[in-house]
Amino acid sequence: MKELTVEATVANIDTVTDFINAELEAMDCPIKAQMQIDVAIDEIMSNIANYAYAPGTGSVTVRFEAEQEPRAAVISFIDSGTPYDPLAADDPDTTLSAEDRQIGGLGVFVVKKTMDEVGYEFKGYRNIFRIKKLI
Amino acid sequence: MTINKSMVGNELTLALEGRLDTVTSPQLDEELKSSLDGVTSLILDFEKLEYISSAGLRVLLSTQKKMNSQGSMKILNTNEVVMQIFEVTGFSDILTIE
Repeated sequence: MKELTVEATVANIDTVTDFINAELEAMDCPIKAQMQIDVAIDEIMSNIANYAYAPGTGSVTVRFEAEQEPRAAVISFIDSGTPYDPLAADDPDTTLSAEDRQIGGLGVFVVKKTMDEVGYEFKGYRNIFRIKKLI
Repeated sequence: MTINKSMVGNELTLALEGRLDTVTSPQLDEELKSSLDGVTSLILDFEKLEYISSAGLRVLLSTQKKMNSQGSMKILNTNEVVMQIFEVTGFSDILTIE
């Protein structure tokens, strides 16, 4: 298990992505799965950076675990901001025309569709959002 | 992300290289806001685009709406990761992808 704690800012999305990519490369993760995970990091980190501590700031801890049989990458995003379950919202309507489209909620929806498991819990006054990708 | 821009007549081509995400999407948004006047054909070449997140989708949606009223917009050379994101979000029905 490896962990990185950084200030939850948009500028640190790249820091987290680089940290996770190094771990994924060390476990020979296929490039497609790596890019899907990178997209998930962008969605989750941007939500935490923009909303968890607004209007203030705070930190986020990103935890990486490599699982065997089946091989999987498990990444947890832990913040102590406002309690918020991103999975509680309804899925967006993906059949609407360009004119009627709402963009809200699309990020979490993409994460749900491209990861093998997603989970949220509020524990010890912390938001813990967890994704798992089989590789 | 790098944006390579070329204009032939009223056709603007932007070739994107890198990632279209939370950090880089404002860069594409600015580029489009300052260059779409008089453009009737917009081509976005994604050959060297690694991936797109919802921040990028937001820019594509607003650009598609703008181009619906002044011409056409086409997306070329999407990779498998980008195509999957277009498909699960229903953007494959909104955008013209070749």
